[in-house]
Amino acid sequence: MKTRYTFGGDEHVYVEMDDEMSLDAFFKSLSMSNAVRDANIAGVTEICPANASFQVRFDPDVISPDDIMAKVKELEHKAELAEKRMKTRIIEIPVYYQDPWTHETLMRFRERHQNPDGTDLDYAAEINGFESVDAFIEAHHSQPWFVSMVGFVAGLPFLYQLVERGKQLEVPKYLRPRTDTPKQTVGYGGCFSCIYSVRGAGGYQMFGITPMPIYDAEQKVAHLKDFMVFFKPGDIVKWKPIDRAEYDAVVAAVEDGTYEPRIAEVEFDLDEFNADMRGTNAKMLEALNDA
Amino acid sequence: MTLKIKNSGLATSIQDLGRIGYFHLGIPLSGAMDRYALRAANMLVGNDEGAACLEAVFMGPQIEFTKSATVAVTGANIPIKVDGELQDPWSSFEINVGQTLSFDFLQSGARIYIAVSGGITTPEALGSRSTYPIGSLGGIEGRAIQAGDELPTGDSRGPGAGRTVPENLRRKPGTPASLRVLPGLYWHRLTDESGAGFFEDEWEVAPEADRMGYRFKGGRPLEFVEREQPFGAGSDPSNIVDGCYSYGSIQVPGGTEPIVLHRDAVSGGGYFTLGAIISADMDLIGQLQPHTPVKFEKVDMNQALEARKERRSMLAKIREELG
Repeated sequence: MKTRYTFGGDEHVYVEMDDEMSLDAFFKSLSMSNAVRDANIAGVTEICPANASFQVRFDPDVISPDDIMAKVKELEHKAELAEKRMKTRIIEIPVYYQDPWTHETLMRFRERHQNPDGTDLDYAAEINGFESVDAFIEAHHSQPWFVSMVGFVAGLPFLYQLVERGKQLEVPKYLRPRTDTPKQTVGYGGCFSCIYSVRGAGGYQMFGITPMPIYDAEQKVAHLKDFMVFFKPGDIVKWKPIDRAEYDAVVAAVEDGTYEPRIAEVEFDLDEFNADMRGTNAKMLEALNDA
Repeated sequence: MTLKIKNSGLATSIQDLGRIGYFHLGIPLSGAMDRYALRAANMLVGNDEGAACLEAVFMGPQIEFTKSATVAVTGANIPIKVDGELQDPWSSFEINVGQTLSFDFLQSGARIYIAVSGGITTPEALGSRSTYPIGSLGGIEGRAIQAGDELPTGDSRGPGAGRTVPENLRRKPGTPASLRVLPGLYWHRLTDESGAGFFEDEWEVAPEADRMGYRFKGGRPLEFVEREQPFGAGSDPSNIVDGCYSYGSIQVPGGTEPIVLHRDAVSGGGYFTLGAIISADMDLIGQLQPHTPVKFEKVDMNQALEARKERRSMLAKIREELG
């Protein structure tokens, strides 16, 4: 890991823990952004942790760019000492793969895609060496995922697959981003899965859609009453493939206020995970099944 | 109720200076695209500088007043009328109960700010009245205003007519517009030649230009330093492991059309960024119409801070001028 510090204009310090993705880079970025928050530096207005990087927004009328940069750098050693363990939750998210809505959208933006003749899933399956789209979908949902960033648009989670690096799926983003993506699309770009929280622009490949809302500005949806954004970094997700009938049933349950996502409390320990990935995952999935 | 919207214009929204503190969840600052113009409009009518105003794009709305107020319109150059009678831009004027504010065709610039004494007092969402349509936050039901909407305003009658911002303190983009850029972020991904070319070429504002971002076209495609793509980034050389985006940062998907992220920016993503527009020039972007020629000018941090100071001193002069 090699930390890189740079400015984003005159109002942002940008820190990249590593140029490639790993859970080690994530934990260091999260610890360091927490350390910056705890340091309560005058002039800091926003702290945004990301997958393997984070950003600090500051007011240069209050603190000079050189001073804030120096203060952030001083906190790096703290982050290195931080524990790579957290109490978190595992959540089951239903996914309707190959749904009609993302299909309609991907057809509309075919000229922005690497492979205009197939679908996003055809392309993803092929470049990852799968014999069929079904086998690729199986690989997408069989093991859990880790929320390593929340952002892009309101409450959108980026998810990192909890499997050995050699088994991780990777796809490029669209050549040019789309101007439209259906709300709650399950997307994929780089090594990350995501759920588009709202309708709008997007550059990720589209695999399916979830009927479970993850953002609600009005906070009317039952599981979003406490706060309008559902996810936070460190959450763990297990996709559950569903068909059209199940999709419709969840939509109806959300509407009448009876839908409750399946959630279990778990602890995630990076060292334990690195020592035994499948075992750690099995334990978390068991907790979810018991919930 | 004070403002009865008879005609909404094209995409008129309620904006103030924005909501700070939620970018880590993907909820952007929002607020006026041209904050300088918004502050000036508020000063003219005796409001706090961050009071909520109407921001209209390309076309003005038509508004009937059900309460007398002091009003000012700043930003783009557009004929302003009260019951058909022309009013001065960047100046305060009075509108009485039953009178109607309307506009003719836009002459230059892109966005106007309509300040009403007392400010627009729709409810705050996460600490701001600014409209963020993608997240359905602020304004009226999180959307642009529509004909038939009635907007409440505060009770101040304001200082009345006759206050004006002198011509030399009305900040506008030149032709071609020049936008100052501080290279950084993923600048090192570009070859030296390509990085230099970015500043040599003349670009123009593309039709995809809105509150989230302004896209530019016409310059040469960028060339990247060769490397094996890092794990998790995706295979295109313009891809990075998804990170945070700075306001004003310039992402170039596929290396072809730069996009400058603006007030309703996405908070992060997987396209490389080559640096950012300096904070002092962000206001100017919101006044650019599609097809406007634009040059990007390379500056260093000292120049960026100097420009910021200059902009601040212009605002201080307006404050002084208006007492």
